Amino acid sequence: MTDLLAATTLSTLADGPLFGLPLAKLWFGLIFAVLGTFLFLDGFDFGVGALFATRKTDAEREQLLAAIGPFWDGNEVWLVVFGGMLFAVFPTIYADLFSRHYLLMFGILGALILRGLAPEMYEQRHDEAWQRWWGRSFVVGSVTAPLFLGIFTGNWLFGVDGFVSVASLLVGLAVVALTIVDGAAYLGVKTRGDVRSETRAMGLLAQVVYLLLAVAAVVVGSQTADHVALLSGPVLALLGATVLLAATYAVASRFGRWYVAFVAVAGQVYGLVALVATLLYPMIDPVTGLAVGEAIVSTLPLNLTSIGAAFLLPLIATYFYVLYSAFSGPVEEAESYA
Amino acid sequence: MIDPVIASRLQFAVTTIVHIIFPVMSMGLAPFLIYFTWKEIRTNEQIYEQLRSFWTKIFAISFVVGTVTGIVLEFEFGTNFAAFSKTAGELFGGPLAIEGMMAFMLEATFLGIFIFGRERVSDRLYMLSSVLVGLGTWLSAVWILIANSWMQTPRGFEVAMESGQPIVSLVDPIAAYANPRFPWMYVHMQNAAVLSVALFMAGVAAYFVWQNRDTEFWRKTMKIAIAVLLVSAPFQAIHGDAYGRHVAETQPQKFAAMEAQYETDSSVGLKLLAFPTSVESLTDPRAENLFVVELPFLASILASGGDPGATITGLNDVPTEAPPVAIVFWAFRAMVGLGMWFILLAFWGGFRWYQGTLFEDDLLAKALVGSSVLGILTVELGWIVTEVGRQPWVIQDVLKTHAGVSPGLTGAEALVTLAGFVGVYAALLVLYTYVIARIIRNEAPTKPPTPERERDAPDSVGVVPSDD
Ligand code: HDD
Ligand code: HEM
Ligand code: HEM
Repeated sequence: MTDLLAATTLSTLADGPLFGLPLAKLWFGLIFAVLGTFLFLDGFDFGVGALFATRKTDAEREQLLAAIGPFWDGNEVWLVVFGGMLFAVFPTIYADLFSRHYLLMFGILGALILRGLAPEMYEQRHDEAWQRWWGRSFVVGSVTAPLFLGIFTGNWLFGVDGFVSVASLLVGLAVVALTIVDGAAYLGVKTRGDVRSETRAMGLLAQVVYLLLAVAAVVVGSQTADHVALLSGPVLALLGATVLLAATYAVASRFGRWYVAFVAVAGQVYGLVALVATLLYPMIDPVTGLAVGEAIVSTLPLNLTSIGAAFLLPLIATYFYVLYSAFSGPVEEAESYA
Repeated sequence: MIDPVIASRLQFAVTTIVHIIFPVMSMGLAPFLIYFTWKEIRTNEQIYEQLRSFWTKIFAISFVVGTVTGIVLEFEFGTNFAAFSKTAGELFGGPLAIEGMMAFMLEATFLGIFIFGRERVSDRLYMLSSVLVGLGTWLSAVWILIANSWMQTPRGFEVAMESGQPIVSLVDPIAAYANPRFPWMYVHMQNAAVLSVALFMAGVAAYFVWQNRDTEFWRKTMKIAIAVLLVSAPFQAIHGDAYGRHVAETQPQKFAAMEAQYETDSSVGLKLLAFPTSVESLTDPRAENLFVVELPFLASILASGGDPGATITGLNDVPTEAPPVAIVFWAFRAMVGLGMWFILLAFWGGFRWYQGTLFEDDLLAKALVGSSVLGILTVELGWIVTEVGRQPWVIQDVLKTHAGVSPGLTGAEALVTLAGFVGVYAALLVLYTYVIARIIRNEAPTKPPTPERERDAPDSVGVVPSDD
């Protein structure tokens, strides 16, 4: 009896997509949403890491580390989930994309190793040479991780089969700028005093640079890749929205409305991944020319992973809510990572 | 230039062998930390606070290094084993995606609270965080071992050829994910983690006791560790014995390699000890020319579950080439030998404890100190048996390892990253050892705790002054 039940459920799961939903399209969107969540959340960790270079006193550096201490690990898991989801749902794309960008992937991984170890190590000893080394590692890792990740995204989008192209390099630099905007907004929420006022100026500068680089990347990319249509409605709408959000960021940070500024960065990050997804669609990988519907895994595993995600993603949102509310409010000026 | 297949295999071996150290530490520490936290909150005794906060530091470092080394592995399937990922993606990707969402997310978020939040959150939320972090580490193992056990005993799938490449499709998820190997592997692995951490704890505690810095803290640690050893060490051996039988049934070629059995034979004895009689038989062990102390018929009995005359298929009668027998044979013997040593240690400690002389036996203390990292070493050996013994297959009887490597990968690229990883991971290991040693040296409480924790002065714990 139960066997029969199990068999029927399984065959329904194998027969067609869950509730007749357009799962391939939904997953295509979800993959980019997860990448965006990673870029937004770990983005402020990277931004804080880059801004770390500009803090000279020990107390301020400790404050920066304390601001991201409890969060960065959870934020980074979004990248692991991105990799896992891509593997589960578009296995050929995972295999092609990652093996094609072999050295770049290891660049990303190396940068993440440096960034992840550095704060933990920085606290282990308090002599100058040690802290200088790990401080630098933190900065280098925090800048190169988004740079390589941006180049990877650019290569994916523009169908670059080599190490890097001009357009994808522009994407990489744009992502670095965006993480600095993100980090400055985050420090606006989490710190007070000099740290906040000084990083605000850098955030504004990075915001301007980001806009220029993002537009340049799309324009250059549209020259080299046929599938990148610059003058389409959605692309112009997304670029327009980005400009508006950037203006919102500038005004909000000027008036100390840091939560508004933070949301404006989030909007820009999701805008960026939406732009990438829009420009790709209906293809998922320009190099192999595979369309979303062709690259999707077959129905049974797709349905199973979808059920898993439908249960787990809301739970994960709760975890993040609990974590961020347990450590809400600014870090104390004397606080440190340890 | 180096063959990309060899380089990728070496790279995968190096990166997993290093990675597994940290999960073993965190999975093994998790139950101890839950216990310490629970006692701390229930009894309010300072010693539990000391225990919790000291071992949490070790946990935190292990977790961070586990994270940075783990992400590499998650990506390596795509970078180096693209053909394998395409072949097996339907079955293999799902567990990894679920692992990320179900286990790593849980672990990484509540770890933030567990490490940074003692003074910030309520006792109740703190207790819950310790449980959820522990649960997260154990769930990571569930999903990754589902993936790995499927590679050992693949079930619930069909194979179709697509442009010359086998593509596996999922037909029966229950058969695939609840495959016969999974429960064996999970129990053996988790008990190994607890056992390894108990050995580590006992070693560190014995060191301080032996140095006469034996505060109540270290005595307590040593007793807890020995109590856990007394259960987990014998269990591991009994379980491993039955596990071996299962391997013989499901992967006869691997079992034959573990026993260096080249000829198919009946009434085979179990080799308790096997000495090479020449240098050749060290690097090329063959059952026929080893000096062995064996229990007659036992290998046959084991492999068949009771029949002393049962036949064991030898490597010569398996159509594919044999795995590197020497590695498998010796790694297996070393694992079992060390497993016996752990049982001996556990009983020795238990006996001294029973006599009331646990802290007076210097030889025991030295043995424990010397064995503190042997548990982790044994885990590595066990994994080498499992993974090398499966060769030449990456998915048993479905896909050979050389056919799983990324087709476009060049020897130069593979060599660059292999060299990079050997360097970086060696540095990571040195750094991890250094930091752990420092924490043990500088942050271990070596002054007696006050019986009741003073509410307002949680930091009045005696700490050895740091030496720099
Ligand atoms: C503290 C560590 C430890 C100890 C003392 C033992 N093992 Fe073990 N063993 C492991 C840790 C381990 C492991 C965690 O490394 C492995 C690798 C894969 C697995 O499931 O567990 C393993 C694998 C493994 C396998 C290979 C399974 C496969 O190919 O999938 C067998 C047959 C045994 N073990 C048997 C034993 C026996 C007979 C032991 C007798 C004392 C023993 N183990 C002690
Ligand atoms: C963490 C414990 C593990 C250790 C120490 C370990 C060790 C190894 C070693 C030594 C090899 C090389 C074997 C050879 O080429 O001769 C290998 C290969 C491999 N392992 Fe593992 N392994 C572990 C866990 C896993 C898990 C959990 C998975 C899958 C989810 C896995 C998947 C693979 C794959 C795909 C290869 C490459 C193909 C091959 O060479 O067989 N391993 N591993
Ligand atoms: C070879 C295949 C493996 C892969 C692809 C892999 C992947 C990963 C990844 C991506 C992480 C980082 C998670 C984070 O960001 O928090 C991680 C950590 C972890 N892995 Fe692995 N892993 C492998 C082998 C294993 C094995 C065999 C076990 C245990 C049985 C294990 C248990 C853990 C645990 C408990 C963690 C949490 C971090 C820690 O405690 O060190 N992994 N792994």
